[in-house]
Parts: sequence; structure tokens; C-alpha cells
Amino acid sequence: MVASSLQLRDVGKSFPAPDQPLTRQPVLETISISLEAGELVSLVGPSGCGKSTLLRLIAGLDFPDSGELLVDEEPISGPSAERGLVFQDPNLFPWLTVRRNIEAGLAARGVLQQKRSEVKEFMRLVGLEAFADAYPHHLSGGMAQRVALARALINHPKVLLLDEPLGALDAFTRMRMQDEVLRLWQNRRTTMLLVTHDIDEAIYMSDRIIILTQRPGTIEQIIPIALDRPRDRSSSDFLSLRSEILELLHFAGNRTSEVTA
Amino acid sequence: MLQGQKISRQSQVTVGSVPSDQVRAESTERYALSAQEKKHPTAALLTVPVTAALALGIHLFVAKNEPPNESRTYTIVLGSFFAGAIVAAVMQRWWPALQTRMRRFRPLFTVGVLLLCVWEVITSGFRMLPLPYFPSPAGVVQSMINDRGLLFDSTWHSLVLLLSGYLLGVVAGLVTGVCIGWSGPARYWGMPLLKVVGPIPATAWIPLAMVISPSALISAAGLIALAVWFPVTMLTASGISNTRASYLDVARTLGANARYLVFRIAIPAALPSIFVGLFMGLGASFLTLVVAESVGVKSGLGWYVSWAQGWAEYGKVYAALVIMAVFFSTIMTLLFKLRDRVLVWQKGMIRW
Ligand SMILES: Nc1ncnc2c1ncn2[C@@H]1O[C@H](COP(=O)(O)OP(=O)(O)OP(=O)(O)O)[C@@H](O)[C@H]1O
Ligand SMILES: [Mg+2]
Repeated sequence: MVASSLQLRDVGKSFPAPDQPLTRQPVLETISISLEAGELVSLVGPSGCGKSTLLRLIAGLDFPDSGELLVDEEPISGPSAERGLVFQDPNLFPWLTVRRNIEAGLAARGVLQQKRSEVKEFMRLVGLEAFADAYPHHLSGGMAQRVALARALINHPKVLLLDEPLGALDAFTRMRMQDEVLRLWQNRRTTMLLVTHDIDEAIYMSDRIIILTQRPGTIEQIIPIALDRPRDRSSSDFLSLRSEILELLHFAGNRTSEVTA
Repeated sequence: MLQGQKISRQSQVTVGSVPSDQVRAESTERYALSAQEKKHPTAALLTVPVTAALALGIHLFVAKNEPPNESRTYTIVLGSFFAGAIVAAVMQRWWPALQTRMRRFRPLFTVGVLLLCVWEVITSGFRMLPLPYFPSPAGVVQSMINDRGLLFDSTWHSLVLLLSGYLLGVVAGLVTGVCIGWSGPARYWGMPLLKVVGPIPATAWIPLAMVISPSALISAAGLIALAVWFPVTMLTASGISNTRASYLDVARTLGANARYLVFRIAIPAALPSIFVGLFMGLGASFLTLVVAESVGVKSGLGWYVSWAQGWAEYGKVYAALVIMAVFFSTIMTLLFKLRDRVLVWQKGMIRW
């Protein structure tokens, strides 16, 4: 599977203000990012700055007011299985069992018959084989998130957009899933854009970290992470980078407002 | 490793047992021994046989006021109920399934038999109600047995008519409901039509139906279908248009086409609402069936009731009503069973 490159040029998006429907409030302004094929980039920013909105634009579920979004130099015209999105809420289909939820990606493209063997593999990947026949209602929040992750991964998207996919997991599972996601990323060289509130996760996983400002979200800073992989969370390089970024966020936080990190 | 173990152990406890066992456990718990039953286990066992014996006694006491053949038949009915109650009370010791069932239905049976006693006392016993309008239970049972051929035939005709009308209405309602719920233009044109035509009770169309249709049977099926169509369409449309947008968004990022969105996302998401429509439609279909049969169609239970009434044979009227009650509630129960199967995934999410 080849990865895709991703270009955002001066993207802006606004929504009708909740109190006065006639005026629009900007949510994203002049966002320009370029992701190389196979790059893993994290997106960090305060709550409500438009991170989820940005991912929806890239997924093709919404359209920008201004600017343009390109995948492999082609403008994005709508959703596609080549751009997978793991939503902030797991949004599992409650009428399907765990297995059928994971199969949904294949079924939606009509390739379930040919690729059924992969379902087991992804169920093992997220550690939910024992729950194959359970309905989503019986899962914990973290389990549901893992199912949602498997459901998006099974389509082998060229671009994978992750909206805090590991947010509801305990520290231990979280670290294991980070390694699993990294392993998938390395095997398939998928282009990934990861929204996270966890600075350690951002440093551990990404090639670059993009920091957004308070709403309307603009790019505050882009920090390249030049550490060798596999990274060691307790190495001195890691820790000094971490305190550097926290200081930066604190500085940014003073100027805008508090950054949830 | 550790994680995997933890998960599989959890699964045995929660998921494996949730769908059936836990629910069964719950229901046994609800009908567990009451304090009295624990104190007097034999007394509790005997409530149904004892009431049956009481009913039999009362019946034999008032039997002199009843025609002998009616009385004999009713004696046999009550006698076999009494014998059955004794057998069940004895058998339940070795048959746990029967035991739970008995425990659950014991109060209902007891009160039901007592009501039969009251009925017999105020009709045959004291003759408090005018004949022939209020026959005794013995009279009703006798009519049922005497006229069993015609009653069976009528039930069969009603069943065929009901099912053909109901299924036609459901199919039509699902199609129009999905169209109106999913597509903007269909909603624009369909909704006003639905709002204007839908609330008219199907029975109000009877005069028109009689004029246009070649046969009373076809027009009755059409009227039942119309009665079912409206609630099914309404609730299907509202279920479809209330599908959570995020489910559709997820499916679209998975590469779903419009067909998948409608049939695999919107319709399953709307099923709880669709079932409400199916139940409302079923109620409407019973009503329409009986009315249509009593005014136009020359067969079925509705026709039988008005025919028997014409001859002032009220025993037969009540016999038909009893059969109607059993017939309709059986169909209702079947629909509940279907819902329980189709919507298992809701178990635990809503009050079941
Ligand atoms: N469909 C919509 N209509 C109106 N306003 C919206 C809509 N979607 C998002 N917004 C607004 O856009 C802003 C950004 O929302 P978004 O969900 O992108 O934030 P976020 O950065 O993902 O926040 P969080 O970290 O809390 O998830 C919010 O103020 C929200 O109210
Ligand atoms: Mg968000």
C-alpha cells in the first residue's frame, strides 16, 4: 500500500454562531500544512480550537470556506475509504457485534468475501477476540475505542486521521497501542495525522508536532522531532525535548489561554 | 500477555452470559419464592387446584339452573382443569421449568378462575343479568363446542385476510417510509400527502372501497393495508431521518455507497422506531379487520359475531369474542418475539 501526500493551503472554516445564526464565527484560519507521504504528524491544541473540524475537512465530510485541500495533488471532493478517520467518539454501530463492526469497513466497500481473513488479525491486534460476539453496549470506553481503531485500519487507508484514538485507554494499554499503531505505520508507511492531548504521546510517535492556537485555530508552531526510532521515553533527549515543548506551550498558553496537555 | 488474560477472563463473566443466561436468572429472581410461599410451600402449591375445586363446587351447586347438556360440558371443562392443576402441582417438583412457569402464573390463574366463578354465580346462580344477552360461562363453552366447525372456518378466513392486508401494508409502509425519511424531494411531496390522508381512519373509506373494488375481500384487504400503512410509514420515516449523522459519517469514511448507507446504516438504526410502527399498525389492522368483516365481507370472526347477534345467539357472540382475544393476542405475542430477536442489541440499553 502506498501512502499519499497531503497539502492544506490557507484553509479556513467558520460555523454559524450559536446565539446569532446570521453571523459566522471562524473556527480555523489560514491553516497551511504539508504532509509528505508516509509522515506521522501530531496535532496539539486547546479544546475547541478546531482539531476535529480540520480532520473532518481532510476526510471530506465537510468543506472549507476558503483555501484548498489536496491529496496527492488532487483536490478532496468527498469522503473515501482511502482516507480513514477514527472519530473522537468511537461511534460503533450499536446493532452490530464487535466482529461485524470491524468487518463494516470491508462490507461497505463490498470486499468482505475476499478479505474476511483479515478480520481476525485486526481483532487480535486490538486484543478483542474474546469479545467478537459482544454488542458495543457491553464494552468499556477503551474497548470501544480499540474497535473503532480496528474498523478504520482494516481498510488500509493511505491517509489515516486519528482524533484522540487512545484517549480513553489506561496508561498501560495506551503505550501498547501506541507501539501497535507505530508498527502498522512502519509496515504500511501510511500517512498519519494524530490529534492528541498527550505531549508524551506526540513526542513518542510523531515526526513533527503542529501546535494550534486558541480558536480560531491557526498554526502556532511546528516542531520537528528528530529522535531516532524506536524512541525511549526515559532517554535524556526525550525528556529535555519534553520540557522544551511544555515550556513553549506554557508560553503559548500565556498568550492565548490554557493549553490542555 | 497480561492484558489478554484479563480481557478473556472478563469476557467469560460479562459478555458470555449477558444475552440469555443473565436475563433468565433475572426472571427467575423476579418470580422467586415469596415469604408466604417459603413458610407454607404446600399451601402455595395448592392455590390453583383449590380454586379449581371451588369453581367446580359452585358450578355443581348452580347446575340445576342450567340446561343439562351445557352443565355437563362445563363440568368436564372445569374437571379437566382441576385434574391438570393437580398434575402440574405434583409434576413441578421434578420439572424446574414448569416450576418457574407455575410460580409466575399462579396468581393469574387463581384470579382468572375466581372471575369465572363470579360470572357463573351472577348469571346461572342468581340470574342477575337478563338473558339471552348474558349467558353463563357454561353456555358460552357449549356454543363454542357446538359451532366449532364454523368458528374454525371463520378464524381461518380472518387470519388469511388479516395477514394479507397487514403484510401488504407493512411492505408499502416500509417503502414509502424509507423514501420519505431518506430523500428530500420524497419528503417534500410525500409528507403533506401523508399528513392529510394518513389520519383518516381506514374504515371511513368503506363506502368508496365498496364502489371501486370488484370483491369485498379485496377491498377489505386494501383497507387493512391502508390502516397499517400510515403508522408504519410515519414511524419508519421518522426513524430514518433521525439516524445519527455520525453513523453515516463513519460509514462514508469507510467507503460506503448510498445503498449501504440506506440499507446497512439508516434502516438498522431506525428499527426500534419501525417496530413501534409495526405494533401500531397491528392494532389498527385488528380494528379494520373486524369492521370490514361485519359490514361487507361474508366470512371471518367479525362476520360471525354480527351474524350470531342477528339470531340473538349471544353464547356464540361471546364464544367468537373469546377466540378473537386468543387469536389477536397470539399474533401480538409473535410480533413481540420477532422484535426481541431483531433488537437483541438493545438489551440492557433500554428497559427491556
Ligand atoms: N457542526 C458545527 N456547527 C457549529 N459549530 C461547530 C460545528 N462543529 C464544530 N463547531 C464549533 O467549532 C469549534 C471547534 O470544534 P472542534 O470539535 O473542531 O474542536 P476540537 O479542537 O476538536 O476540540 P476538542 O479538543 O475538545 O475535541 C467549537 O467551538 C465548536 O463549537
Ligand atoms: Mg475534537
